[in-house]
Amino acid sequence: MLIIGEKLSIIAKRVREAMLKRDKGPIQEIAKAQWNAGARMIDANIGPAEDEGEELMQWMVRAVQEAVPSPVCLDTTNSKAIEAGLKAHDNQWGRPLINSTSNDPERFPILELAAKYNCQVIGLTVGKGGLPADAEERCAIAAEIMARAMEYGVPLEDLYLDPLVLQIATSQDHALHVIKAIKMFQELNDPPMKTVVGLSNISNGCPKHVRPIINKHYFALLMYNGLTSAIADAAEMGEVAKTIDIIMGETLYAHSYLEM
Amino acid sequence: MPFTPPKESFSGKIFELSMGRGDKAVTIGGENVMPFHRFEGMSPSKPVVAFEVQDVPPEDWPDTVKEAFKDVSGDPAAWAAYCQDSLGAEAIALRLVGTHPDRGDIPAEQAAETVKKVLEAVKVPLIILGSNHAEKDTAVLVKAAEAAKGTGSVIGKAQEANYKTIAAAAMANDLKLIAMSELDINLSKQLNILITQMGFDKEKLITDPMCSALSYGLEYTYSVMERIKQAALAQNDAVLQPPMLADVGVYVWKVKETQAAEADLPEWGELAARGIAWEAVTASSFLISGADLLIMRHPDAVAAVRKYISEFSMEVR
Repeated sequence: MLIIGEKLSIIAKRVREAMLKRDKGPIQEIAKAQWNAGARMIDANIGPAEDEGEELMQWMVRAVQEAVPSPVCLDTTNSKAIEAGLKAHDNQWGRPLINSTSNDPERFPILELAAKYNCQVIGLTVGKGGLPADAEERCAIAAEIMARAMEYGVPLEDLYLDPLVLQIATSQDHALHVIKAIKMFQELNDPPMKTVVGLSNISNGCPKHVRPIINKHYFALLMYNGLTSAIADAAEMGEVAKTIDIIMGETLYAHSYLEM
Repeated sequence: MPFTPPKESFSGKIFELSMGRGDKAVTIGGENVMPFHRFEGMSPSKPVVAFEVQDVPPEDWPDTVKEAFKDVSGDPAAWAAYCQDSLGAEAIALRLVGTHPDRGDIPAEQAAETVKKVLEAVKVPLIILGSNHAEKDTAVLVKAAEAAKGTGSVIGKAQEANYKTIAAAAMANDLKLIAMSELDINLSKQLNILITQMGFDKEKLITDPMCSALSYGLEYTYSVMERIKQAALAQNDAVLQPPMLADVGVYVWKVKETQAAEADLPEWGELAARGIAWEAVTASSFLISGADLLIMRHPDAVAAVRKYISEFSMEVR
């Protein structure tokens, strides 16, 4: 299970302020905490970043990689900012992951970048016309994204399919659609397609004390159904990931398995 | 169309561990393939066989193996030198069995003197073993570790009951450490975790998941070893990536098949040949299950196993 540390998001006030002031301190502190908790990639979400996006993404990539020996997940809708981030990325600890392409024509150029810079890319299974209704629709979109990836020269091993986790408080039935989609995505290719979710979206809008409970249980169910990676808070998810790995036989049990 | 054999590759790799000093130092481990699958990846070193030597004369050994060392076994240093110089030993395993409370209860200081003498007598790497009495071993192995400081020797065995003291002594004297658990893969992993949590470098560990003789539970020890190797390679489990030891001779030379006289059991064949074959077959089985280091007794059994290793390690073209 690859956990992509999610805490570096422009949505968080502390991170946003640090980004605006170009203050590396809080950014690096969060990156280190995620790394130490078991994240093996760090998500850098700078939002739409219409102004100064290129410079901001480069600054973020460098700040993260100065602090931890980790690849970075470049999370923005600004493709120029992504390209700038790819140029700044140090690949010695792994290739970067672009978040994301989709079935929206505006997001197709992202695949060109993925091919040009030989990096990995998330394919979010949404199109231009609103949200997918169920697992089957997610799969149909996934197949289109896969075909397009091959057309652009991105190997399917470098594509992570994201079924788009929705809020349980407003879209309860999608919780199961997403689990089913994770299962179905794997059958679209041999070897199975890699998958990723933005985990904490499931509990967005829920009371604060409930959120980690929903996140953890949902994560366990997704892992059981073959999820390969998640953008999530490593500190919150570490125990779940290690325990499910034990239950699934991915890691050999020892009494101190949580400490490893 | 030429046939291309399928290759299995793994993400994990066994740690390379070097034993001993100077130009006689020996390296084990480093492979990222199942045993002898050199054609699938890296297997930079061959398994090493250490000759077992004891601090006291081997009165409890059967005649077949006692006979082989009768001129030297009264003196551990001479015994070790004989193994090195006449039998071509790549390593010596000195078992301080005389320190056991039931076997003479030799004090720790005296055992440390024996270690020093053996270290002076041979240049090949030394593996220092206690008497497998968990409590006495803490005293004996601490002194023995001090005597072997800086020689690159291996010391053991650290077990659940005494690992803290023995691991600390190995660390303080820059020695490699054998961690032994009793035939339980999960406890074996757990012991390695506990030892590394003390700050001991996992790349200086040797895992001993326990051994047994052919027809006395070999299939259990075999499968524990094999599963450790698979977890190390396929699951890339760093805690299980130290090289593994099979301490063969001590188990083989106490079973009935290596001791029962031909006169009593004529259908079992000649006693000496039977005992040697028993040790060689047991040892070679553990090579297949993943042992990187063997401790053995009879010269003819060792010779057979070394031939086996060299033939299985040849380049495949």
